[in-house]
Amino acid sequence: MYQERIKIDWWTVVLWATLTLFGLLNIYSATYNGDRTSLFDFGTFHGKQLVWIAITVVTAAVILLSEPRFFSNAAYPIYAIVLGLLVVTLFLAVTVNGGKSWIDIGGFRFQPTEFAKFATALALAKYMSAIDVEWKQTRTKLAAAIIVLIPMGLVLLQHDTGSALVFIAFVLPLFREGLSGGILVVGVAAIVLFILALLINKYILLGILGLLSVLYLFVWLNKRTARDWWRTLGVLALCAAFVFSVDFVFNHVLESHQRERIDVLLGKTVDLQGSGYNVNQSKIAIGSGGFFGKGYLRGTLTKAEFVPEQHTDFIFCTVGEEWGWLGSSVIVVLYVVLLVRLISMAERQRSTFSRFYGYCVASILFVHLFVNVGMVLGLVPVIGIPLPFFSYGGSSLLAFSLLLFVFIRLDATKNQLY
Amino acid sequence: MSNRYADRSHVVKLIFIAVGVLFIGRLAMLQLFNPKYRDLARQQSLRNVTQYPARGFIYDRHGKLLVHNEAVYDLMVVPREIKNLDTAYFCEALGITREEFNERMQKARKWSTYSASPFMKQISKEEYAHFENKMFRFKGFYISQRTLRIYDRPIAAQVLGYVGEVDQSDLDRDPYYKQGDYIGKSGLEKSYEEVLRGIKGKKIMHVDVHNREVGPYRNGELDTLPVEGCNLYTTLDADLQQYAEDLMANKRGCVVAIEPSSGEVLAMVSAPCYDPNLLVGRIRGENYNKLNADLAKPMLNRALMGQYPPGSIFKVAQSMVALDLGVITPNTGFVCDKSLVGCHNHPSARSVQEAIKMSCNPYFYQVYRRVIQQGKYKSIYKDSQYGLTVWREYMLRFGFGQKLDIDLPKSGLSKGNIPDTTYYNRWYGRERWAFSTIYSNSIGQGEVTVVPIQMANLAAIVANRGYYITPHLVRFYGPDSVRNNEYTTRHETGINPKYFDIAAAGMYDVVHVAGGTARRARVDGLDICGKTGTAENYGNDHSVFICFAPKDNPKIALAVYVENAQGGGGTWAAPIAGLLVEKYLNGEVKRKDVEKMYREINPCQKLPLTRRVKKKK
Repeated sequence: MYQERIKIDWWTVVLWATLTLFGLLNIYSATYNGDRTSLFDFGTFHGKQLVWIAITVVTAAVILLSEPRFFSNAAYPIYAIVLGLLVVTLFLAVTVNGGKSWIDIGGFRFQPTEFAKFATALALAKYMSAIDVEWKQTRTKLAAAIIVLIPMGLVLLQHDTGSALVFIAFVLPLFREGLSGGILVVGVAAIVLFILALLINKYILLGILGLLSVLYLFVWLNKRTARDWWRTLGVLALCAAFVFSVDFVFNHVLESHQRERIDVLLGKTVDLQGSGYNVNQSKIAIGSGGFFGKGYLRGTLTKAEFVPEQHTDFIFCTVGEEWGWLGSSVIVVLYVVLLVRLISMAERQRSTFSRFYGYCVASILFVHLFVNVGMVLGLVPVIGIPLPFFSYGGSSLLAFSLLLFVFIRLDATKNQLY
Repeated sequence: MSNRYADRSHVVKLIFIAVGVLFIGRLAMLQLFNPKYRDLARQQSLRNVTQYPARGFIYDRHGKLLVHNEAVYDLMVVPREIKNLDTAYFCEALGITREEFNERMQKARKWSTYSASPFMKQISKEEYAHFENKMFRFKGFYISQRTLRIYDRPIAAQVLGYVGEVDQSDLDRDPYYKQGDYIGKSGLEKSYEEVLRGIKGKKIMHVDVHNREVGPYRNGELDTLPVEGCNLYTTLDADLQQYAEDLMANKRGCVVAIEPSSGEVLAMVSAPCYDPNLLVGRIRGENYNKLNADLAKPMLNRALMGQYPPGSIFKVAQSMVALDLGVITPNTGFVCDKSLVGCHNHPSARSVQEAIKMSCNPYFYQVYRRVIQQGKYKSIYKDSQYGLTVWREYMLRFGFGQKLDIDLPKSGLSKGNIPDTTYYNRWYGRERWAFSTIYSNSIGQGEVTVVPIQMANLAAIVANRGYYITPHLVRFYGPDSVRNNEYTTRHETGINPKYFDIAAAGMYDVVHVAGGTARRARVDGLDICGKTGTAENYGNDHSVFICFAPKDNPKIALAVYVENAQGGGGTWAAPIAGLLVEKYLNGEVKRKDVEKMYREINPCQKLPLTRRVKKKK
């Protein structure tokens, strides 16, 4: 068989390395301690992160040297193993920060959740690339939904709502394979309605919706068939049901801290000492950075322990405070360049498996970026998920890098079929 | 099939780019344009400042101050912030040489150039006054105030305990503590930690671009004031404590003095003692290591931790048990038969009172036999098992064989040993032991061990004629005078007080009547009742003495242990006890020669010549 030459996309590797090292730099600053300034002090956060980076680099090298067919062949077994680990976690988990998603093996803690996204991406890509699978078939839609919903449900059972939300990312690759674009519109509409229902009187909201329907029927449409009438009324009824269910979901399904975080985001409560504390301090820290920032290691807010979790989920604060608008924008641009590049790479794949997997990688990274930075900037309610490659944490760094490097390896021999 | 939707890649890319633009726009709004966040940022650079409450003071029973705090100042430096420093002038103001300055500066820089580190630690108020007004010329330096524990009288070190920095286990146990906080590490400082420490306050301060505090945040409405620690009012008598420590100089051992009617500990000495000021401030680390390495174990509180055979003192308790059981009467006599157990030369005792006075070993051998083998069972083994169980029950009521619930850390407390049947069954096998195996207990040897505080408590029980109140060190604390109810409860032995009158009479004779074993404890005008003991030991015997005085309505009960002393309880412990009682009841000691002699002597050496000369007179 024709043996394709391996051609690694070094630009992606450089982007990855830049983000990871810049992350390390900021972890060093966020947890800066005058006593322990050595970069190689392995008792510190940055020291531990350095060890993890080393482990990750070795892992990445192994992946790049491996046979890519392995990932396609082993997709289902890996998926099964990770599901097993998730179930085990439910029983053996150590409680960290209220979540039960860590398992402890001989003092070495890790989060199977982080690897669940990788495994799900592989399994879904494998399924979608099967020859007899067509998105049009109901069977396909059902199977795809099940592949995503099982790990998502298990993660949800661990009270790790943030990580469960990340599974929504799989909508994008499926959209690329034929999932109706309507679902994106419906999703956005649902979020808008949800927020509006919390902010304004429900009857006024319904009135506005009714008015819109009337405008649609009498101004937008020239001729009105009976079908148009029924359709409009149906949508209106659905909206009404949704709007009235919002209160119930908000008060009975969401947990109290989630309610508070949404209230804070919408400006309904101003609790600067309680649940609004993080976000407020985070915004102020970023705001104090100005155009050029205060300079590396010179941040005063992120250093005085004003922003909790500043080295994990709120690491972007340190960037904002010390590197200013310039530095933060560069980071955002680097992420967007990486994401767009991943999509372009995915499109040049010969096999559906590689393409679909590439879309999964980009989408997962995107959801993390969106939720994490959005939270720090006060655009999204507080949901504790890490910023890929940047946040402190061994499992997440390793899992994201694994996700990315498997795709880089697949791309290196992009003309092969897996 | 695959490329039908290839155009959708543009939609996805567009979404990514849109979010990127949204973020950059939002960042611009926060960092560049929106004055709200910029202003907030400018003025709301905040700093959480912990305000430490003053630790409570500790007083003695007469309101004399034992422990208080003193402010000291640390001169801190942030090397990066130093500007235009006139080094020569600075060195002169602080009274240091240029070399010292360089050395300290280098150390601080090595620590960090960005955050503050101590340049000069624990500068006294007087020293600080010298350069306070010059501080404005030393940019990059500032003063941080701390408090230290101060002990005006260097006494009761083991009882008061010391304060030190929290360790990891404290941090894990109680979220109140933060790295660098101080916590009571031993003694009262530890057991009353939560009373003494107060509650930390929090101040949120605005910090300007130069990292200086400019004023309170939101007018201080979110600040909390620190709540001062409560003062402890202890039961100690500082003068008696100091006097006892003086007398115990050059010796190893301990003294416990209790007010029998209240259970209040008047003095608790563990010799060798050390100056509590040694474990304060910058000298603590070095001194702690020294004290810890000392073979004489000065940090150990022997009064609570030491487990000794009680020796003859135990006989008092044995006679009470036998009388209460009715196995002897007050006028039971036994021949001093040295074939049973060794004894010194004295006439045979014809009553309990005489037996206590002469401390006759064979007499108590017989008493204990009647307690252990009461003849309830035919088998002597079963009989002994029954007897031991009954006897042990009594001993527990005397406070032996269990931790007395004193208000000092439980980890520094021993139980002593009152063996039960399981104990002997394990050693000898079930029904393989009887009175003849365990008779040494009768004279306070054998398997029995007690803790000095339990012996002082025994003296208090006899003084009270049959009950005790758990010995304790704190009368009340805080502005509301909080008291612990546990320390007003009477623990009854359940033995008829009239038997204790006999014990008291015997103990009176020990000190006052010819043939008594502790005539050296005698003080004219004070009817001290006592009992000597010689606790056999590997090495030299320990000299033990318990006593109370006066005989009626006693004011003080005490136990004195002198380790490895040549000669029995009468030689060492008794005269020291006599001096202590005299000091407490009369306020001063008239017998200066005796006082001087016992203060200076080291009992581990041979008795000094002067003493022998005196004796011949």
